[in-house]
Amino acid sequence: MENFNYHRPATVLAAAAMLKKSKDGKYMGGGHTLLPTMKQGLAAPTDIIDLTAIKNFGGIKVSKSIVTIKAGTTHMEVAASKDIKKAIPALAEMAGKIGGVHVRHKGTIGGSIANADPAADYPSACLGLGATIETNKRKIEADKFFTGMFETALKAGEIITAVHFPIPKKSAHQKFPNPASRYALTGVFLSQDGKGKVRVGVTGAAASAFRATEIEAALTKDFSAKSASSVKIAAKGLMSDMHATAAYRAHLVSVLAGRAAAAAK
Amino acid sequence: MADTKTGIGASVRRKEDLRFITGKGNYTDDINLKDQTVGYFLRSPHAHAKIKSINTAKARKMDGVVGIFTGEDVAKDKLGGLICGWMIHSKDGSPMKAGPHPVLALDKVRFVGDQVALVVAETKEQARAAAQAIVVSYDVLPHVVDVAKAMKSKANVHDVAPDNRVFNWSLGNEADTNAAFAKAAHVTSMDIVNNRLIPNAMEPRAAIGSYDTGTESYTLYTTSQNPHVARLVISAFHGLAPEHKLRVIAPDVGGGFGSKIFIYGEEVACVWASKFIGGRPIKWTGERSESFLCDAHGRDHVTKAELAMDANGKITGMRVHTKAAMGAYLSTFSAAVPTYLYGTLLSGQYNIPNIYVEVDAIYTNTAPVDAYRGAGRPEATYVVERLVETAARELKMDPAEFRRKNFVTSFPHQTPVIMMYDAGDYGAALDKALDMSDYKNFASRKAESAKNGKLRGVGFSAYIEACGIAPSAAVGSLGAGVGLWESAEVRVNPIGTVEILTGSHSHGQGHETTFAQLVSERLGVDINNVLIVHGDTDKVQMGMGTYGSRSGAVGMTAISKALDKIEAKAKKIAAAVMESSVNDVEFKDGTFTIKGTDKKMGFGEVALASYLGHKFNTSEIELGLKESAFHDPSNFVFPAGVHICEVEVDVDTGLTKIASYTAVDDFGNLINPMIVEGQVQGGVAQGIGQALLEGAVYDEDSGQLLTGSFMDYNMPRAANMPHIENFQLGFTCTPCPSNPLGMKGCGEAGAIAAPPAVINAITHALGVRDIAMPATPLTVWTAMQSMKIAAE
Repeated sequence: MENFNYHRPATVLAAAAMLKKSKDGKYMGGGHTLLPTMKQGLAAPTDIIDLTAIKNFGGIKVSKSIVTIKAGTTHMEVAASKDIKKAIPALAEMAGKIGGVHVRHKGTIGGSIANADPAADYPSACLGLGATIETNKRKIEADKFFTGMFETALKAGEIITAVHFPIPKKSAHQKFPNPASRYALTGVFLSQDGKGKVRVGVTGAAASAFRATEIEAALTKDFSAKSASSVKIAAKGLMSDMHATAAYRAHLVSVLAGRAAAAAK
Repeated sequence: MADTKTGIGASVRRKEDLRFITGKGNYTDDINLKDQTVGYFLRSPHAHAKIKSINTAKARKMDGVVGIFTGEDVAKDKLGGLICGWMIHSKDGSPMKAGPHPVLALDKVRFVGDQVALVVAETKEQARAAAQAIVVSYDVLPHVVDVAKAMKSKANVHDVAPDNRVFNWSLGNEADTNAAFAKAAHVTSMDIVNNRLIPNAMEPRAAIGSYDTGTESYTLYTTSQNPHVARLVISAFHGLAPEHKLRVIAPDVGGGFGSKIFIYGEEVACVWASKFIGGRPIKWTGERSESFLCDAHGRDHVTKAELAMDANGKITGMRVHTKAAMGAYLSTFSAAVPTYLYGTLLSGQYNIPNIYVEVDAIYTNTAPVDAYRGAGRPEATYVVERLVETAARELKMDPAEFRRKNFVTSFPHQTPVIMMYDAGDYGAALDKALDMSDYKNFASRKAESAKNGKLRGVGFSAYIEACGIAPSAAVGSLGAGVGLWESAEVRVNPIGTVEILTGSHSHGQGHETTFAQLVSERLGVDINNVLIVHGDTDKVQMGMGTYGSRSGAVGMTAISKALDKIEAKAKKIAAAVMESSVNDVEFKDGTFTIKGTDKKMGFGEVALASYLGHKFNTSEIELGLKESAFHDPSNFVFPAGVHICEVEVDVDTGLTKIASYTAVDDFGNLINPMIVEGQVQGGVAQGIGQALLEGAVYDEDSGQLLTGSFMDYNMPRAANMPHIENFQLGFTCTPCPSNPLGMKGCGEAGAIAAPPAVINAITHALGVRDIAMPATPLTVWTAMQSMKIAAE
């Protein structure tokens, strides 16, 4: 790991200014991707701007129709939130399955979403629930947010401040972990709103989280496990590696969607 | 009998655990010496390349750099290369083709991770920064990582072996075996792959090397399973210093599993280089990624195996041809593993009149392969038990009954592959395992699983292993460069506490407890008054270390022999002090009594008397109470058992769960059943790891290790094990006739037995003939797809 300047700004404004001033600065939430890549010499930022000391950067607010999670909220706080457990139980469950205990106490929702790891869990929830991602500049729909492997619609210097999740009628999360890393080899987050409209967010299967629109259509028509699991997903465009072929990942999307449909509440 | 609470057979809690689990162990990395520097190794990024030049000029000028050493420096100082301590001859009589293995790469690198330079600096950061500033110019050469392809590859790992073949070894009678196959009523033939494993002991390898400029002697602290062997090799073969000028200390060591038996370049480089920096100690602690890249790996066999049977289902012959990967260099004991630790076990528990095995040992551009928990015996057991299970299925016989029909039932039994089995009762273990696993009701459990979308299967493994690895003369005749005996010294202090100096080395096995239990049993001394001293060549005179499940059968027998001498001498002293004949002295529960009188002395009183010399004639009886012994076993020991595994395979995802696991083992007499159970559980965990989870993968195109971290290399977790209620252990006992304690060995059994039990269960569940290890969800799902086992 190379030496770097470490900053701990108290406001979003100050953080943005620091990044602008730095030669090759990086924002950091929990640091669970950034720090390992720095240790391996794959990243060598000149400045680390730690966002976790920003005042009021974390927190959970649940209204009648929206769950708002501020960017600095840890996975543990989401997993333990009584309000979220009541409003969107699958979201709390999913947060409780991210990484291990240490990771959940440090990792943040904003960091996870901004990093857009192809196997991260939160992107599937954002897509599966139709979330809106709020930054210091604007609001972005989840559907337009995840653009590629570790790529998002965020512009240089932009900071996620909160994520707004509409409360569905029912939802569920299913994850098939990579046997070694325990990241999602494939994960599915599914919801159905009051009008019967279904969204299915998928992570781990492709370079970027995506919506399984064929399964959404099938489930909107007939909300059942069989309806979801009998949709054949095309393997083309999905990832292939030593842990899973594209065909296996495609198969898992249908299997997990079926299980999620059965488990949805 | 001693107090049964701490003697032989008592499940005493491990004395050493409190310090280990409260962070008070003293591992190599915990030790810091005065003026210590940090070593860092620059490693090869290429699988195979010529080193054209190494430019260290810029790096040497960097902050904190104390010294930089390359292969040329090693050569200039005439430091010898790493050796393979077991000579194997090919069947044509030619000796194995051992290529050079310099402490630091010279002229050529042969695998990704090969050490190219040692950078010594004040801090690790400085050492790493300087290493990155070294400019190495490489000429990349063709490489090969797949053992099956290496003999026909363009890549030539060592000049001495143009076809990359180290040796072509054989054992058994080829003509008789071929004749048996010609007459066979049925032949079962299989291609069997034993996947490459990466040991991953919890503590990475580490070393602190220092040179004392005053006494001109070296000290090496290191993570070794056998510090005396390390001293012998570094002294006699590397030629660093004579043995009395080299001290090797292996303090607490956090797991070895074989990978810390070997003498590696890093440790030798650290102790050697200290002399050139004014004797300042050099500490190197391997990072986990270095463990993955550079610790000796295990297994990696590709085998064609055949079993011949007569019309009655009796096995008449076995024919095996194995390609065994050795990696880029021959590691310390590597040549013995796919030969005398493998071919000799191919008879399994069965009466097989004809066996012929041929092994091609092959260089590949990968980390060296050497002994890993089981070492050759897991590979042999996998071949035998996959063949036997498959043969039973082909003959439509119950796999348990097919085994029983072919079991060896009378002892001693001479196999066609050297081994003379001394004692055992394989049928008893099978009966017990069938009973404990409720085999007769398997069908109802299978039906229950099917209701939940799960395919259930049951698999057997009737394994045998040879531990102890002895007698010395026998292993010497087979090519071993050392004798495989053990030594012990018993020092009784004047107040009756006892110090045991042993050549065995504990790195997780619990010797501080079990060895003390033997002393407690024999001398009636509380185990807390017994100190086990090991792991320091300045304290223990000589020893062969711990591997091959030998510390009980060999190491404790040496202690037992020394205790015999202690008891004999103490009796003489007691007799003299109590003015009686030595023939009238009886010793029981730590008390000496004189037959027919009420005279008695405690063990502590006799110990004190032995050092006072007030009440016996010191010209007749020598002062003190200290004895030593060497023990060279008369035969191997043969632990054996039957393991039965049931799995459930998820039809939708291919995920396999161990539904239940039953292990029945015959280890002879047990010293501490709790520790033995722990050894079985740990071994089974590693065996399940090999079967379901672990597998080293090198990229064919780049030669890079793809499974270079825990993100991709899947170590067993608690959740991969069967639930504790479904993980049953049982024991049978036929005492070992070749040692006075009747002990066999238990350290490797689980890792040997489990892989075929698991794979036999999965193939049974799926109705397929074979499935590759590790049977990951992807592998199982793919097999189900090709078998068209549909979810619906």
